[in-house]
Amino acid sequence: MTSIGTGYDLSNSVFSPDGRNFQVEYAVKAVENGGTAIGIRCKDGVVLALEKLVTSRLLKKDANKRIATVDRNIGVVHSGLLPDGRHFVSRARDEAQSWRGTYKAPIPVSSLANRMGSYVQAFTLYSSVRPFGITAIVGGWDAETDVDVDGAVGSGPKVGAGGKTKGVKEGGPYLYMIEPSGLYWGYYGAATGKGRQAAKAELEKLKLDPKDGECISLEEGVKEAARIIYVAHEDSKDKDFELEMTWISAVNGPTKGRHEEVPKALKEEAERLAKAALEGEDEDEEKMEK
Amino acid sequence: MNHFPQAWGRPRDDVYGQYNPSYLPQSHGGTQQPITHTQSPIVTGTSVIAIKFKTGVVIAADNLASYGSLARFTDVHRLKHFNRKSVVGVGGDVSDMQYLDRLLKSLDVEENYSTGSHTAEESETDPAMMGANNLHTYLSKVMYKRRSDFNPLWNALLVAGLDEKNKPFLASADLLGTTFSGPTMATGFGAHLAQPIMRRIVPDEAASQQLGREEAVQAVRDCMKVLFYRDARSMPEYSIAVIDEKGVELKEKEVLENQSWDFADKIRGYGTQTV
Repeated sequence: MTSIGTGYDLSNSVFSPDGRNFQVEYAVKAVENGGTAIGIRCKDGVVLALEKLVTSRLLKKDANKRIATVDRNIGVVHSGLLPDGRHFVSRARDEAQSWRGTYKAPIPVSSLANRMGSYVQAFTLYSSVRPFGITAIVGGWDAETDVDVDGAVGSGPKVGAGGKTKGVKEGGPYLYMIEPSGLYWGYYGAATGKGRQAAKAELEKLKLDPKDGECISLEEGVKEAARIIYVAHEDSKDKDFELEMTWISAVNGPTKGRHEEVPKALKEEAERLAKAALEGEDEDEEKMEK
Repeated sequence: MNHFPQAWGRPRDDVYGQYNPSYLPQSHGGTQQPITHTQSPIVTGTSVIAIKFKTGVVIAADNLASYGSLARFTDVHRLKHFNRKSVVGVGGDVSDMQYLDRLLKSLDVEENYSTGSHTAEESETDPAMMGANNLHTYLSKVMYKRRSDFNPLWNALLVAGLDEKNKPFLASADLLGTTFSGPTMATGFGAHLAQPIMRRIVPDEAASQQLGREEAVQAVRDCMKVLFYRDARSMPEYSIAVIDEKGVELKEKEVLENQSWDFADKIRGYGTQTV
């Protein structure tokens, strides 16, 4: 690596002469070793999925969940250094809580991403700290229905000032990815971790643009997410992994606007299809030609 | 500097001008009032009533928030749905109810950080889910703490739902931190007007274990009607919730039916009747 021996990689907050911050780049390397994590923003919700590498046979199966809930309607999945992820989640929960304290309403996903982006970026500025060794994918559903404000006393004016504007659509699914530099973008589909290249290639094949009118549904999203994690795992086939998958639907959808684990039956079906897709890729192609 | 001890350590008047005492409390020459706590509730909700039956609990409260004797707000929901096992009914000060509602909401968010990654079907059998009894304990401690700070939350609460063994649970907590439980419960005027009627149907715990859901709902509806007849701080629109093993069924726009005011002209002794 070009950075080694130059001295510019030893301290955070020091640029190299060609304008790079090596500590941040090393943090990205830490992320690149983590299990693949993906998020898909579907028409009626968001799916988060994680390839959880099994590091020991002594760990209980399906325990030690890694996808965390922030407030009620937001999920966070991350890959990289686990404890850094825990701290990230803890901070995100604090932000969500303080937002509720101020505005008496749940934090929008965009605002949470913004605040967490700023927080992560602050860890690139000082020599006394190191950057976050994670890339986090934050997905959630901003409620499209009225949110109870302050104990929902009364329903407020029906028209006029303080009333509702007709035809304005609010809320919807949102997905953001926050990198160790603090950089964050909103995504239709996001992937990070070891298998991100393969995962991104698969995500790009999906119809995710909501303006098409063909954007995939949440249930299709769950099946695609499982398949993509299985595809991304192909390169490290020798290691065992568990698939962890959560989703957030619309308020009138299966999770009622909350972040929940995908139900067992649906997850097993998705995994079955994922395995079948991997084994039978060639057969499928033959069928298509007919 | 002069030799008056009260001037020592203070900015000099001749340099900085007269010290402005306005922010100080009155006892120190300022205009600020001393810190006071709630002396009486302002905007209030009236009775909450509830009955335990065989498999669950029915709870009801009307949708009125009064400002003194003025019927100020007519769409206030005083039954708060906490989780699929419990509902809190709140009487007394409405601003304190709003505070409690926020408190319960943040409690629910924190409770679900770990179970939020459970699926909905798992959480239906989740043994770690807070039961109504846990919620009642929590709320009664909050109420007692506040009364011990001489800053009470001016409410009377009923907590209705299922305990961790899915048995019907019903108990109250009030602004003093006092708690009660029983097969029928009522706060405020309901304790005088509705409680005797409910006790006629459910005299003891054994009777409540025989009571069916329909009968319990009907009894509560009848009591809401009597309360509207005789409680001047009430209204005919009310909320009613049934909590049983299937979850919470909360209706917030019920209206009293088949009212009969025939008894009214026989009442003597109030107002300005001449006969």
